[in-house]
Amino acid sequence: MSTLEIKQLRKSYGSAEIIKGIDLKIEDREFVVFVGPSGCGKSTLLRMIAGLEEISGGELLIDGVRMNEITPDRRGLAMVFQSYALYPHMTVAGNMAFALRLAGVPKAEREQRVRVAAKTLQLEALLDRKPANLSGGQRQRVAIGRAIVRQPKAFLFDEPLSNLDAALRVQTRLEIAKLHRDLQATMIYVTHDQIEAMTLADRIVVFNAGRIEQVGTPLELYHNPANLFVAGFIGSPKMNLIGAVVRARTAQALELVLDGGSVVSVQPGDAAPGAKLTVGLRPEHIVVDPQGPISGHVEAVERLGNESIAYVSIGASLPLTVKLPPQSPVALGENLRLALNGHAVSLFGEDGHALGWTRPQAGG
Amino acid sequence: MSGPQTPMAHRGTKLMRTWPLLTPVVFLLLVWSIVPLLMTLWFSFQRYNLVDPTITGFAGFDNYKFLLEDPAMLAAIFNEVVLVGSVLAITIVFGVAFAILFDQEFWGRSIARLFVIAPFFVMPTVSALIWKNLLMNPVSGVFAWITTKLGFGAIDWFTNYPMAGIVIIVAWQWIPFATLILLTAMQSLDREQMEAARMDAARGPQLLRFVIMPHLARPISILLMIETIFLLAIFAEIFITTSGGPGDATTTLTYLIYLRALVNFDVGGASAGGVLAIILANIMAFFLVRTIARNVNI
Repeated sequence: MSTLEIKQLRKSYGSAEIIKGIDLKIEDREFVVFVGPSGCGKSTLLRMIAGLEEISGGELLIDGVRMNEITPDRRGLAMVFQSYALYPHMTVAGNMAFALRLAGVPKAEREQRVRVAAKTLQLEALLDRKPANLSGGQRQRVAIGRAIVRQPKAFLFDEPLSNLDAALRVQTRLEIAKLHRDLQATMIYVTHDQIEAMTLADRIVVFNAGRIEQVGTPLELYHNPANLFVAGFIGSPKMNLIGAVVRARTAQALELVLDGGSVVSVQPGDAAPGAKLTVGLRPEHIVVDPQGPISGHVEAVERLGNESIAYVSIGASLPLTVKLPPQSPVALGENLRLALNGHAVSLFGEDGHALGWTRPQAGG
Repeated sequence: MSGPQTPMAHRGTKLMRTWPLLTPVVFLLLVWSIVPLLMTLWFSFQRYNLVDPTITGFAGFDNYKFLLEDPAMLAAIFNEVVLVGSVLAITIVFGVAFAILFDQEFWGRSIARLFVIAPFFVMPTVSALIWKNLLMNPVSGVFAWITTKLGFGAIDWFTNYPMAGIVIIVAWQWIPFATLILLTAMQSLDREQMEAARMDAARGPQLLRFVIMPHLARPISILLMIETIFLLAIFAEIFITTSGGPGDATTTLTYLIYLRALVNFDVGGASAGGVLAIILANIMAFFLVRTIARNVNI
């Protein structure tokens, strides 16, 4: 059992506050991903949990015990670093056993635990090699192995895939997911890649500028972004965010005038006529429809084989990104009419927060 | 088909274009280093004494024989090894300590760094004079003043511990160089590796042994080599403080060659000493290069 609780955690360097009071509870065996743009404080928070950065304010509890003043090695956590941070002069086995060696674990047990971890990670053939003679993916696995051998209460990953090439990244991602299932361990994973976050996480924590923007399961964040930041950050291609004004409100629908003049009707929301909103439309929720309410001009088409992405100018500041079936005959320069597929839109007020009614799923 | 030939041909034309420019400087450097070497070799086989120009002719190995049978020679080699070895050990120990210290963040670090580097800029002659007259002098020196105040009495360094005195002076001059090289090496040590070691519970001595020293092994071996080259030629410090004495307690090989050539005016004998020094230096260099080659494979 290992739960982790963060209460009003703060970090400042001089007068600059990097982490501005964060509250979070991580359950036993949960896979939590911290995601956010560079400099949002996610790595700093991870390092504070690890004990590598001092905590300026607030409290960190592991299994209910205050950890603020405990040294990194006594917190029972293991970390996988972005650069792997392997000891270059030690063999793979030496790297993995190093913590145990310092802790005075007998040699036989050390070797036993290294063997078990090496088997899990398919490193058995490499145990006598030095890190310099390993590929990037192998080094990554050794770094994970070094963490496993310590049998920590929780694993901390600091952007572990960012030094790998794209193909290896997908494979390692799957391996980490499998590892989480096999080890049944609590894991905290920091990344700036929202795809890693979506695929790995039980829960995602979205950071921006030292604050948590939203916490939730991947699909909650995808369908119910709490604010414009999360809406723009989660999902690829990005959600279309278009300014709009409420023209009329009835019991069944809310009629909006989008920037560029198109009029669409969506499910009713808590907005008075004349209010300015931002409408969030997922690219896959827009379809080509000759009778559709939105008219536009195709500016670019990207054909990816499994789908086509069209960028359609509707007179707003940014073109609308539309995800189309691969065979869609849409051509560059064509004038199109588009409709919303169902009413799956997110509405954000002028303060950037979602109006409290958006629906969790797309549908008629 | 022409693939393998093209680079060669290209290389050929490149060489043709560059050799007129390269030749003068290569020639100059060659002459500069080879001519003195050959002259030393030549003189070492000659009867050649400045006091008595009538003694001339080929000496065969007499100069070498005379030198090797001279007890002063063995003593000089021993002194040389003691001097170089001790200075190397002291500079490396202090260099590592200072490198770790000045790698930390603390208030006034840049000024402190400047001070630790400063001795390197003092001329050997000047620093030897300062140490001899201002610091180690048994009557008016600072050290004597301190030790007398503490009730231990004054130490007459250059009478009682002449070699230790010279080692201290030379080490003081070379610690900055060691610090400089090792500090840059410390700064290239991966911070995440240090953090990983912290999470693995490595502390103080273990951090030093398992992370820092392996990382510094290569710069240390390079340092050993560079310092050895310069330390074998130490002269000014000995000349100014002890003049090789008392007796031959601080006569190193370099100083012995000076004594032979410019005090005894025996050019032939001095040249033979020079050749022996070259051979010794090469033996040491051979071992050092091998150590480095082994360390580079980390």
